[in-house]
Parts: sequence; C-alpha cells; structure tokens
Amino acid sequence: MITLSNVTKIYKAASGNVTAVDNVNLHVAEGEIFGIIGYSGAGKSSLLRLLNGLEKPTSGEVIVHGKDMGKISGKELRQARQQIGMIFQHFNLLWSRTVRENIAFPLEIAGVPKEERMKRVDELIQLVGLEGRENAYPSQLSGGQKQRVGIARALANHPKVLLCDEATSALDPQTTDSILDLLVDINERLGLTIVLITHEMHVIRKICDRVAVMENGKIVEMGEVLHVFRKPEQPITKRFVQQVTEPEETKEAMTHLLDQYPNGKLVQLTFVGDSTEQPLITQLIRQFDLTVNILQGKISQTHHGSYGVLFIHMDGSDEDIERALAFIRQQQVEVEVMTNE
Amino acid sequence: MNNLFPNVQWETIWAATSETLYMTGMAVVATFVLGLILGLLLFLTSKGNIWENKLANTFISAFVNIFRSIPFIILIILLIPFTKFVVGTILGADAALPALIIGAAPFYARMVEIALREIDKGVIEAAKAMGATTATIIWKVLIPESLPALISGITVTAIALVGYTAMAGVVGAGGLGNLAYLEGFQSNHNDVTFVATVLILVIVFIIQFIGDFVTSKIDKR
Repeated sequence: MITLSNVTKIYKAASGNVTAVDNVNLHVAEGEIFGIIGYSGAGKSSLLRLLNGLEKPTSGEVIVHGKDMGKISGKELRQARQQIGMIFQHFNLLWSRTVRENIAFPLEIAGVPKEERMKRVDELIQLVGLEGRENAYPSQLSGGQKQRVGIARALANHPKVLLCDEATSALDPQTTDSILDLLVDINERLGLTIVLITHEMHVIRKICDRVAVMENGKIVEMGEVLHVFRKPEQPITKRFVQQVTEPEETKEAMTHLLDQYPNGKLVQLTFVGDSTEQPLITQLIRQFDLTVNILQGKISQTHHGSYGVLFIHMDGSDEDIERALAFIRQQQVEVEVMTNE
Repeated sequence: MNNLFPNVQWETIWAATSETLYMTGMAVVATFVLGLILGLLLFLTSKGNIWENKLANTFISAFVNIFRSIPFIILIILLIPFTKFVVGTILGADAALPALIIGAAPFYARMVEIALREIDKGVIEAAKAMGATTATIIWKVLIPESLPALISGITVTAIALVGYTAMAGVVGAGGLGNLAYLEGFQSNHNDVTFVATVLILVIVFIIQFIGDFVTSKIDKR
C-alpha cells in the first residue's frame, strides 16, 4: 500500500540545511496499523507529510496506493489526497462550521451532490458515535469529540489510507484509549491502512502491528511491536519501551533495593505471549534452593498478545542462582540481571 | 425647534445626511471588495503560503503602504485628474468616491491580511490534505474562518470613511461635512455645525453597533 524508497527530505534554511528525513526505506502493507515513534524533531512529522504530498521529497520515491506522491501535482495530486485521510493533534476543525458541516467539507471538495453528502454524513456520525451532536460547533465539543469529528471527516471520501499526526497527544489518557479503540475498530471494519506518528509508546503498544523508531531523520529500528518490546536494540528504543513497562519510580526503587540487598541478584524478567501464563516463580522455588522475592510486576496488552515485566530478587548460593537463570532462559523468558549502574 | 436652531433648514440637513450615507455606503462596499482582494493577495503571496512570491508581495505591499500613508486631503487633490477621467466631474458625491475608495482600501487590506494571518495554519493544511483547490481554500476556509475579524475591520474602516466623507465635503463633495463647513463655519451658524456633528456621531454609533452585533452573531469560537 505504501512504499518509501531512499527518501530524503532536506529543508533549506538560512542557518544551513536541515535533513529532516534521511534515506528512509519502508513498506506498509494493506490493512496494517503502522506506528512511527520518535521525540519531537526526529522527522516523523515530515515523513508523514510526504505520504500525502504536503511535503515533497528532496530525493527518493514515495508510492502510496500506486501513486508517486512526490511527482504528481495539480488535479492528480488533489484526487490522490482524497484517498488519503488525515487527522491532527489539534484536530484542525473549521470553527465556523457545525459538526455536520465539518464532516461534509471533504465531500464538498470531492463534488458529492448535496443529498448524497447528507446521507454519508449521517453514516459517519454514527460510525464515530456522535449522534445528537450534529449541530454543535467545535467550540462546544470536548477534545475527544473533536477528534471524532476529525476522524469522521478524514473517512468521508472512503480513503484507503489514514494518516494520524499525534492524534491523541492532546487528549487525556481515558479519551486517548477511546480514540485508539475507535481507530482499531475502523481498521478492522473498513480494512483501512493506518500510519500514525506519536511520541507515546502507549499508543504503539495498544494498537500498532509494526513500529518504526525514528531518530535524527533516520529509522533506527523497525519491526513487529511485540518483538521490539521483547528485544529493543537501540538505546532510544529501550527508553521508549521503558515508558510503558517501567514507571518512572521503578528506577529509583531499583537503586534503593540494590543497596538494600547486597547479596543475591536483582533480575528483570520479560515475558511475551504464552510465557506470561507459566507459573515460573513456583517452579523456581520448588526446583532450586532459593528465596525469591517479587518486587514489582506488570502485564501490558499489545495488539498482538500480552507482554509482561517482573522484577524479582533471588538469594541463595551463586551456583543455584546461575542454574536458576539458565532455567528461566529455557522458558523463553528474557532475563536481565540488574546492576547498580 | 426653530428657536433652538434658527439657521437650520431641515430639508438641507436631510439631503446632506443622505449624501453622506450614500458616499459612505458606496465606499464601504467597494472598499470591502477591493481591500479583501488586496488583503488576500498580500496574505497568499507572503512567505510559506500558497502563492508565495516575494516580488509580487513586495510590490503589493509597497502599493498598499504608499496609498495608506498619503493624508486623505492630499490624496483627494492628487486624484483630481483621475476622478475627472473616471467620473467626469470633480464635484458632487460621486466625485468623492474614487478618493474615498483608494484611500480606504489599502487601509482595509492590511486589516484583512492581519485577520487571515490569525487563522490556524493547521486548518489550511487540513483543507490541502483533503485535496481542496486554492479557490475552495479561499472561499470555504480563509474567508469564513476570518469573518468576524473581517467584519470588525470593515466597521473600523467604515467609521474612518465617515470622517473621510466630511473632509471630502469641504472640497465640494457635499454631505454633512460640506454643510458644517459652508453653512455652519463660514456663515457663522454654529447651530448648523452642531446639528451636522451630532448627525455624524449618530451615524458612527449606528455603524459601530451594527458591526459589533454582526461580529458577535457570527463568531462561534
């Protein structure tokens, strides 16, 4: 559905050239939810805008739904854009139009006759769950409702692709989840390909099939979400994964515990998929002469199965501890021994 | 009434008032259209916008600045040949219109430009992402989204125009300004000057009231 080959975007500025997107290659399959994560300034916003031709690549090829978005212009580009919906962090609704009129706007652009337009708007209002708010103005809506209008508007012309530009970053956690659920629902019901950019790993975890991590314009890591969660390779990816698995205070608690337990080992166990359901701790205590103390644990749900992190402290003879660690590794559980660094 | 204003001929007053209203009305309509076009051009050719063009922007900007800077009373005199060519005479209400419009349109164009700059760039981006043409963006995004500011801008401009008509009146355009100057000041009839002034004030108040009312009605933010 989407293929980027050797795409580079350079902005010319008085203070020198800025390479926002640096030789990016990626492919997004039809019906996939693809996430791009990075800190602000990583180039993800430029990358997303290359997909609907709001930005043109300096070099390389951007193919979306068979169209070379970097090359086409005029009417061809405008028609291609009608097949690519986009939603925004700040919703970008027209304040002068009601919910109904906002959703009708892309239909007016596409030249849909009035009667059909009204019918389609009603369908969309139902799809995003805004019944009863049709005649409200954006200023009378909550953030979540505004984003629902944004989504309805983006879907009006039956697009094949939906681009989400930090679509939940301005929303509270609860509203974020309801919008994410709506996106998954749309993806499943309409078979829509979704590309989203975000700086929140929570969003990636919850709905994405695959993720690309961006830093300084480059994609530094890319893969299935569950795989990236289990084995993050780049330091930046590890930091993003920690956003979800380790609350801020965990780090402090760990340093404190390392001081408190000079003997034994502090171990982080990472479970993925089925391994989350094994009685691992019971087995450890039964098979080895160890004391095991559970310090903290958390299970997160991703779009493709669950993912758990457990911090334990094991005390016993060095030999037993080594054997226990080997045993855990056999159970397809990632083990990381924490040290005081 | 006649004791209070011995020199006031109400028919003349009424005629002068309608002349002032006529000049203001015509000038406001023309200024709105011309200023809107100039303001749109200023905005669209500026950096980062749809028709970004430094040369065109500098040119329009210079044109606007020049005509905005010339004091109105001098502009009338400078425009005499032009007025004669277009209207055929330099006397009467119609003859005042070219100067009124050319004086006010650049002033309003700047206000239009400011109003358009206030529009959230994201909304324009969203319209582009939907595949909108430039014409659609102008008619369905730029103008409706800046309408309250456009209306309050034309209100301010209309009030300035009432002042301009009074000045134009002094050099033979008719209206309340002319009346106050000729019948009032030069004939030393203070009551006529007073009545003319009050009427101008009333016109200004009514314009401001209508402007405020319409602005608050259409602003859904």
